[in-house]
Amino acid sequence: MSWETVIGLEVHCQINTKTKAFCGCSTEFGAEPNSQTCPVCLGMPGQLPVLNTVAVDKSILTGLAIDAKINLESKFDRKNYFYPDLPKGYQISQFAVPIVEGGYIDIPTKAGEKRIGVTRIHMEEDAGKSMHEGLEGVSHIDLNRSGVPLMEIVSEPDMRNADEAIAYLKQLHQLIRFLEVSGADMEKGQFRCDANVSVRRPGEPFGTRTELKNMNSFRFIKQAIDYEVLRQIEVIEDGGEVVQESRLWDSVKNESRSMRSKEEAHDYRYFPEPDLPPLRVSQKEVDAIKAGMPELPGQLRQRFEVEFGLSPYDADVLSQTRKLSVWYESLVAAHPADPKRCANWMANELLGRLKEAGKDITDSPVSASSLAGLLDRIADDTISGKIAKDVLDAMMESGADADRIIEEKGLKQVTDSGAIDAIIQAVMHANPAQVEGYRGGKDKLMGFFVGQVMKASKGQANPGMVNQRLKALLNE
Amino acid sequence: MPFSSLSEIKTRLDAGETSAVEVAKSYLDRIAAHNNTLNAFVHIDPEHVLAQAEASDKYRSKHEARPLEGLPIAVKDIFCTQDGPTQCCSNILKDFHAPYDAHVITKLKEAGAVLVGKTNMDEFAMGSSTETSAFGPCRNPWNTDTIPGGSSGGSASAVAAALTPAALGTDTGGSIRQPASLCGITGLKPTYGRVSRRGIIAFASSLDQAGPMTRTVKDSAMITAAISGHDSADATSVTDAPGISSLNEWLAACDKTDMKGLKIGRPKEYFVDGMDDAVRTTVEAALKQCEELGAEIVDISLPHTKYAVAVYYVIAPSEASANLSRYDGVRFGHRCDNPEDLLDMYTRSRDEGFGSEVKRRILTGAFALSSGYYDAYYLKAQQVRTLIQQDFIKAFEQVDIIATPTSPVTAFKLGEKTDDPLTMYLSDIFTIAVNLAGLPGLSQPCGFADNMPVGLQWIAPAWQEDTLLGAASAYESATDWTAKTPEAFGGGAT
Repeated sequence: MSWETVIGLEVHCQINTKTKAFCGCSTEFGAEPNSQTCPVCLGMPGQLPVLNTVAVDKSILTGLAIDAKINLESKFDRKNYFYPDLPKGYQISQFAVPIVEGGYIDIPTKAGEKRIGVTRIHMEEDAGKSMHEGLEGVSHIDLNRSGVPLMEIVSEPDMRNADEAIAYLKQLHQLIRFLEVSGADMEKGQFRCDANVSVRRPGEPFGTRTELKNMNSFRFIKQAIDYEVLRQIEVIEDGGEVVQESRLWDSVKNESRSMRSKEEAHDYRYFPEPDLPPLRVSQKEVDAIKAGMPELPGQLRQRFEVEFGLSPYDADVLSQTRKLSVWYESLVAAHPADPKRCANWMANELLGRLKEAGKDITDSPVSASSLAGLLDRIADDTISGKIAKDVLDAMMESGADADRIIEEKGLKQVTDSGAIDAIIQAVMHANPAQVEGYRGGKDKLMGFFVGQVMKASKGQANPGMVNQRLKALLNE
Repeated sequence: MPFSSLSEIKTRLDAGETSAVEVAKSYLDRIAAHNNTLNAFVHIDPEHVLAQAEASDKYRSKHEARPLEGLPIAVKDIFCTQDGPTQCCSNILKDFHAPYDAHVITKLKEAGAVLVGKTNMDEFAMGSSTETSAFGPCRNPWNTDTIPGGSSGGSASAVAAALTPAALGTDTGGSIRQPASLCGITGLKPTYGRVSRRGIIAFASSLDQAGPMTRTVKDSAMITAAISGHDSADATSVTDAPGISSLNEWLAACDKTDMKGLKIGRPKEYFVDGMDDAVRTTVEAALKQCEELGAEIVDISLPHTKYAVAVYYVIAPSEASANLSRYDGVRFGHRCDNPEDLLDMYTRSRDEGFGSEVKRRILTGAFALSSGYYDAYYLKAQQVRTLIQQDFIKAFEQVDIIATPTSPVTAFKLGEKTDDPLTMYLSDIFTIAVNLAGLPGLSQPCGFADNMPVGLQWIAPAWQEDTLLGAASAYESATDWTAKTPEAFGGGAT
């Protein structure tokens, strides 16, 4: 009998605000330890939290983007536990009434699109960082991260295998970056995932779940889930029972180990945060946030396919981030004749070169209008596509525009039929055997002639004309 | 001079008859003479006091005097101050120096006040007798064998013995009003949200409120006017609080000399069997006098009063259990020697740092919030709290103000109730509901029972401190209880 996997995900996502959730300290990553702290985020006596409304707006925006309900009145609660990097001994979070409830994310699967429910999004503050490595008998604490605003995005247990979980995470990751509500840089811990995993026989109730923690890359998440599913099946098939517990993924050993069992689990003693009044937002404010919501990746992808005739692949690549989509649309605006050519050149040529140079689209040395200038020269047959790639290389290097490079390097395509004929005749003269062969019925030799002519013209002959003239002259 | 009110000192300062330095010196002398007996102050820095007084005199010589220019005011050890230690009378904060002033401290400084020192209190404001202080108990100047009440007992004792003309206290369940009552002075707890809580060491965040402890009603108004107002760093401090706001409005509210047309509610639940008969008789007599001043006394009922103490002892410890988690030995305050590991550091630091009453409340609160008990305790308590609030709302449809005894008993002997926390908790039986409802309350002296002061408590609708001050000032003007001062400390019936 087969097994079915059930997965629910909790994503902690750092909201990209300039200042922390409840004080005015900077959220900048990588500063000198404890340099970005104040009495509030250090949990000093008598200090009180004041809510950062930018974090609220970004949480609402995220909720709207997954078609969720925005609670016009939500509440903050205290989640109590002791840890040295948690200065107040409690974390301010939303427990009973989160700001966002319900919603969904559609993910691509082999069997088509699947809808994954989002239970809730709530706001909370991050803790600081404890450092034990390389220290003898002491630990160090950095509270720069203490009080940084987070959204916790909790999914329904709707995923049935690791691939679906990864697809969900990738959709969510893309959406969050798209909305610009988080940097979502996984290496900086701005997008962290815990997975609740259980197995069951199909049709049976949910099995006992374990919570996998500390997974900071898509690859590790997939490995950890796959490992856990096999582990649980083995436990059950050996006649054992899965224990409800938290497990920590060790990406070096490629295995997970138990962190704490249900019996050792914290009782967080949640209760309403008396220092913060209930959070009230008006429908008008929500509507204003909705009005300012950008077109979402899914909508963009669809529009790019329909409006510009792009392939699903290109449409997907160009709707990955808001910056990419904006760049693409300005390229199309500057070269409206052929949006597909725009997509092709941007997705395959430009992005490839940027990636090699370790650059983002925003620091591209070639601007959208400048790339459009290059595409114009392809369109009017000034240069061939092949030459254009060399021109683009030169543009990447110097930042100069296409026309100047074409001019300076003399790359202008040869479209003069007389000149092309002269080259063809020279090639035919030098290869009498092949001419003989072709004329004797070996059509495949056409490719040989095209190659020779292009080579002789240093690639500058117009390939269409070369084809046309070759046929004419060889068949004479 | 020592038993002068703030207003009287202010008049003399404004007239140039004395200087802030002279005033400060006279009180420093009294502190030096009497604090050993009373233990009202736990920290005093005479040089710093004189420096502030000198600065005030200098300011006065160049500018128009500010509202509290040169006036000495002591503050409870719960207020964070950049100058000197802030220890909340707890070993866990021994020698803690706050790098900031509480908002109200900033306000007092801006108003020109001279901060006298830190007064004794129950540890973390948890107590009704100032006996749980890590610095030893404080004593009542009317009889030094008795307690001054609490938790702001140091402030009450210091004002009653004229070691300072005024002080700040905090009131979570009666901690301003009950000691004011037991020490024969005036104490005002403002409406929740009128005064910023920032920089006041938190006990129970939804109940804590700072207020004045003074000789007269007008003095309380002067100080409340100075410390009130929105603070953008306290989300529970109200923007544009309704009611009076300017100093002149606060002072004008104290001009009443009669109670014509005033409807005073007399809740039957506050005149019950089990309370001290002499206290009851004294308060009844005070209400008679109010009638003579033109008030109409209306019998009312606040039916959920009987649950107030129980509700309070769920909510306050619950909030406290979280508020006191930050004292963990990690960043500041007491840390045990040579901890073996993290758990050992936590448990020993907290065990050594907190006194038994504080531990009792942390345990009570953590229990009430724990999984499986939350609904039965914390949630239920919050529901009953709403009923208590509604009691008051209904009552204020009938009456303008409510009058009750502040405390069911007068000051009791040191050690009398320390072994019986439940009896101790009943000390606040008449004051707690006011905090649960967030209302303003005032206690003023209204006579003596067995030679110990008795307090009359006034309760007004939210934001109606003017009603409170009006009734209290009318009563004060018609009686001379304010002028009574303890003989052993140089006072006497004047």
